[in-house]
Amino acid sequence: MGRVRLSRFNIASLAFGLAFLYLPIVILVIYSFNGSRLVTVWGGWSTRWYAEFFNDQAMLAAAWMSFRVALASATAATVIGTLAAVALARGGHFRGRTLFSGMLYAPLVMPEVITGLSLLLLFVALNAERGFWTVTIAHTTLTMCFVAVVVQSRLGALDRSLEEAAMDLGCTPLRAFVAVTLPLIAPAIAAGWMLAFTLSLDDLVIASFTTGPGSATLPIRIYSEVRLGVKPEINAICTLIIAAVTLLIIVASLASKLSNARADSAAPM
Amino acid sequence: MTDHHATTDAALAASQAPLLRIEAVEKKFGGFKAVDGLSLDIKAGEFFALLGPSGCGKTTLLRMLAGFETPDRGRILLDGEDVASVLPHRRPVNMMFQNYALFPHLTVKANIAFGLKRAGLKRAEVKARIAEMLALVRLEGLAHRRPDQLSGGQQQRVALARALALRPKLLLLDEPLAALDKKLRESTQRELIELQRRLGTTFVIVTHDQDEAMTVADRIGVMSAGRLEQVAAPRQLYEAPASRWVAEFVGDVNILDGTVAEQDPHRLTVTTQDAATLSVAPPRQKVDINSAVSVAIRPEKIRLSRRGPVADAAAGLNRRDGVVSDLSYLGGLTSYTVKLDAGATLRATLANVARVEVDDFSRGQHVVAWFSPDDCVVLPR
Repeated sequence: MGRVRLSRFNIASLAFGLAFLYLPIVILVIYSFNGSRLVTVWGGWSTRWYAEFFNDQAMLAAAWMSFRVALASATAATVIGTLAAVALARGGHFRGRTLFSGMLYAPLVMPEVITGLSLLLLFVALNAERGFWTVTIAHTTLTMCFVAVVVQSRLGALDRSLEEAAMDLGCTPLRAFVAVTLPLIAPAIAAGWMLAFTLSLDDLVIASFTTGPGSATLPIRIYSEVRLGVKPEINAICTLIIAAVTLLIIVASLASKLSNARADSAAPM
Repeated sequence: MTDHHATTDAALAASQAPLLRIEAVEKKFGGFKAVDGLSLDIKAGEFFALLGPSGCGKTTLLRMLAGFETPDRGRILLDGEDVASVLPHRRPVNMMFQNYALFPHLTVKANIAFGLKRAGLKRAEVKARIAEMLALVRLEGLAHRRPDQLSGGQQQRVALARALALRPKLLLLDEPLAALDKKLRESTQRELIELQRRLGTTFVIVTHDQDEAMTVADRIGVMSAGRLEQVAAPRQLYEAPASRWVAEFVGDVNILDGTVAEQDPHRLTVTTQDAATLSVAPPRQKVDINSAVSVAIRPEKIRLSRRGPVADAAAGLNRRDGVVSDLSYLGGLTSYTVKLDAGATLRATLANVARVEVDDFSRGQHVVAWFSPDDCVVLPR
């Protein structure tokens, strides 16, 4: 590929675009090390708000709750979403396919308030105790369709004859799926899981409808704190979340590089 | 009769029975009949080609042989056993896919081993079979490459090795050479023939390329609209097409429509609309006087000259006067379009046998086109 010379305009617009996206985050990170009690006044470098966070039992509990909900709902959504995608991409034109696909993708465009409210009504009607499980179920409902979209597009791009070749070589349809299709759509499934995980982690609306007293998620907790005035502690928490997400992305890309490298080297018999 | 005789008779019957028998197979997609009551026998060890334009049902037929489609009607007998509804993984049949369908996440070696492992072969056997297959397709050095690190020709060989690794009774090839360039395709065709002779495996190839079908196959089945138009050896297909459709599909042909005027044991006289009266060899099946027929004549069987053949040699030949209206020089051949004075347009190809042609023709030149009655094929219209 030839090197593209950047014009002044290109550089300026790139800088502006990146600043627009990342400057607020950079400011947030810097201010998380602010020694002052006031968010907007710089009081010198300090890590006191990190210490404050690690001593804030309620905030820690909320973070732990969010993490567990994200883990459980992302995993459930990945399993269900992948199965739905397989049904849509490989099931042929079964009866009610259009209806199924429409219903599957409805949460994508449904206002979260409606999803949250209707789930709340359901849980109340079922007399279910609201807490970890109800939030997890609600988040699974929300994120499943995102997983299905990601996996279905990968399945659609995948050559059907690969599965047929596997069957031709002695695999049952299920076996062919596991031996050939699954490894090839694994990156999409992983991406779907990560998407679901982050969606669940930062959801405020649905979680606030479906959670119960004593089981607030991190976004709910932060939001209620912020209503009483922003403490620099919030900045510290957000910085930690950004760090965690960055780490997750780095690990994921390293893992995918590693698995490619492994396949490249001589596969032992 | 003694037991001994009974067994030899059974063995004889088995050797004569076709490996594959397709009986009145029909397959519909919605209202469209992809395969329409087709019957065909293929002998063990044969190299058979299914030739036809796209959409003629040849790929559907192949997919039914592999088990990816189930016939709506009819039977598919493999070694006397009906396999029409047997799933692909239970058939002693393997397929080489048009786009090769190599598993991109596996190495060449693992691709070839895929079926062997499923079949439950021991490690040592798998290893030996892989080595054998790699040697067979001459890819010994590339066992650890992945498909995306191979050229198109190499991928094609891996696909072939993978399909042959299980030693199928029947190998199906779906347009196996369509993705290769011309030169590579021709050399690969020769390799396929050699491989098939060496292994003795029955090959069924699907192709829309008549040169390919004629090069590789012992017999060709020409398909059109879900039916077999003709099943014959390449030469017979070209020189004795069963229908006008086959004559036009396989190779170039001049078709002259007319009616039968006279008939004797050796010659048939056909009055054509725009090429006057032709003397042609009578077809094998009887035709009635006054019946409408088409006369097919291949371009290379028409000779052109400035003055026409000498009287003795011309006895019994068809000769027509005309004007060269177009010509294209193709290297080995020159193709001429001749507008006959009687109205018809004939295409004639002449081999360029010498570097400097003494007897070539230019546009607008008056020529005599002549051809033997034995080179004319009479087809029902």
